Amino acid sequence: MLKINKLHKSYPIGDSSLHVLKGIDLSVEAGEMVAIMGSSGSGKSTLLNIIGMLDEADEGEYILDNVPIKNLTEKKAAIYRNKFLGFIFQSFNLINYKNALDNVALPLYYQGLKRKERIEKGLFHLEKVGLKDWAHHLPNELSGGQKQRVAIARALAADPKLLLADEPTGALDTKTSHEIMDFIQSLNDEGKTILMVTHEEDIASMCKRIVRLKDGVIIEDTFVEQVRASQYV
Amino acid sequence: MFDRDLWREIFQSINMNRTRSLLSGFTVAFAISLFAILFGIVNGLVNTFDSAFADDASNSIFVQSGMTSKASNGLQAGRRIQFKNEDQAWIKEEFGDKVQYITSRVYLNVIATFRNEKSNYSIRAVNPDHQYLENTKVTYGRYVNESDIKNKTKVVVIGRLVEEDLFLKTTAIGKYINLNGIQYKVVGVFSDDGGDNEERLIYMPISTAQQIYGNNDYVDQINLTYNPEMNFDAAIGFSNLLTKKMKDRFMVSQNDQRAIRVRNLANESKAINQFTFILGFLVLVIGFGTLIAGIVGISNMMIFIVKERTKEIGIRKALGASPKSIVSIILLESILVTIIAGFVGLVIGMGVVEFAGPFLEKYFIKDPSVSLSIVVGAAITLILAGAIAGYLPAKKASRIKPIVALRDD
Repeated sequence: MLKINKLHKSYPIGDSSLHVLKGIDLSVEAGEMVAIMGSSGSGKSTLLNIIGMLDEADEGEYILDNVPIKNLTEKKAAIYRNKFLGFIFQSFNLINYKNALDNVALPLYYQGLKRKERIEKGLFHLEKVGLKDWAHHLPNELSGGQKQRVAIARALAADPKLLLADEPTGALDTKTSHEIMDFIQSLNDEGKTILMVTHEEDIASMCKRIVRLKDGVIIEDTFVEQVRASQYV
Repeated sequence: MFDRDLWREIFQSINMNRTRSLLSGFTVAFAISLFAILFGIVNGLVNTFDSAFADDASNSIFVQSGMTSKASNGLQAGRRIQFKNEDQAWIKEEFGDKVQYITSRVYLNVIATFRNEKSNYSIRAVNPDHQYLENTKVTYGRYVNESDIKNKTKVVVIGRLVEEDLFLKTTAIGKYINLNGIQYKVVGVFSDDGGDNEERLIYMPISTAQQIYGNNDYVDQINLTYNPEMNFDAAIGFSNLLTKKMKDRFMVSQNDQRAIRVRNLANESKAINQFTFILGFLVLVIGFGTLIAGIVGISNMMIFIVKERTKEIGIRKALGASPKSIVSIILLESILVTIIAGFVGLVIGMGVVEFAGPFLEKYFIKDPSVSLSIVVGAAITLILAGAIAGYLPAKKASRIKPIVALRDD
């Protein structure tokens, strides 16, 4: 599904540069649910951004679904992001002047689908996250948990191969966090491959595999017994 | 560009961000309406001056006579100078090509009657060239011609208001009008931009007037126009020479200011031309000024809009928006707002000029008007400038890395 070889990334800081990723090797199979952990500055978000094609590596190899991701033009990156990836952000990143349905349907717009089809699919995914009745509400009329569920519906709308979540529960209280994790687990049960960055141990333990980063290198990569979030809900 | 979904996106964005759209629209509408109003006012000023001097040809020279105020050549002061037909012929002969049109005038006052209508009028008995000197427009019929002069025919050309006064609603052409007891045939009716007084005049052949009212060849005034190819200095030189030669001809002292007076309109029209030129220059400055202010306003607005939408752009890019779609959504939105606002500004500006116009005449602003094409041109310039000014920030926005745009701060 996803294969990374000797990935390097540094950021220029003034005259010197900060070496953030120092040779990452990682391979993820379809259907996995992986947590990337590490303290701040360990490079976990940078890794996720490179995987999400939001950022480019300086060196190394990245193959996603047998497609080498290299030297992408902006246009090509846009097409790949749309086709392969679904994003879930800590701060939801919904467009505040669009209602829930329009937000969910936006990736479909960039796929070139007809409006009727977009509405149909958008409603289907909103129903899946249990917010069909909220379809015509603006983001600021929704609670944090509801916003994140709209964001998840949006990430699912384009039917991506890989879901990328950057601290998906970071802005939520414990109870809502568990609800969201329960939902993400059910997506994984249906076969979606999920990669998430978190620094909370209990959230990480709800994944099937934990990759720990420190100072730009992987220091631990273990498969764990998944804790089901449903027991807390 | 004519993608319906794209326009739906744009309308949604305009509709949901009303403050932003209204503010940027206001800048444009304000610039365009100000442009139209200022342009209209200056045009009104120009019209006032044009019409004030539309009466006579601007290259006219008037030669009048009076009493001598100084003794000269052994003759005493207080002698009356009288021009005659031969003086007109002499000027024409002396100066040849430098004279474009020339005419003499005899003034008379008459009581004119037609059937039961009766009124007092001034008569100008003239040569055919007078028509061009006075910018007389013959509405129907004809003007005094050479054959009238030769045959001393009893014909008159009457002003529009004379016809109105005496002939009421009927046409005057071919009818006979009674001037102090003598019947004259009306052969023409004229109008004149010089005002009502100019249209209450009656013209007749000068030879007819000389025979009937004095049986002499006296002339009250000689009017001429100089060759329009002469520049200002040549025209002044010409009238100075004319003055000098006329004074010699009548044996008048060269420094006698009363006996022979020559008035050259070139002196006045030069001042008017300068004034009109300055007004025209003012129009340009105003036009450019408002347009540049509008362009700067739009550019600022575009930069602000792109800044405000950075996060949205990042989200869109993360969801698969191509750079091209980002540029078009931002640019088309601003162009649409500019077009609508430009149209509103155009309607407001032209409306103000149209409705306030009639009340401004007492402030020397006559028929202020702006041609639609100028305002539309200004609006298009503004829209194009806005598009160009907006393209750079939009292009820059399309290159923003989503990761930068989405960073929480």
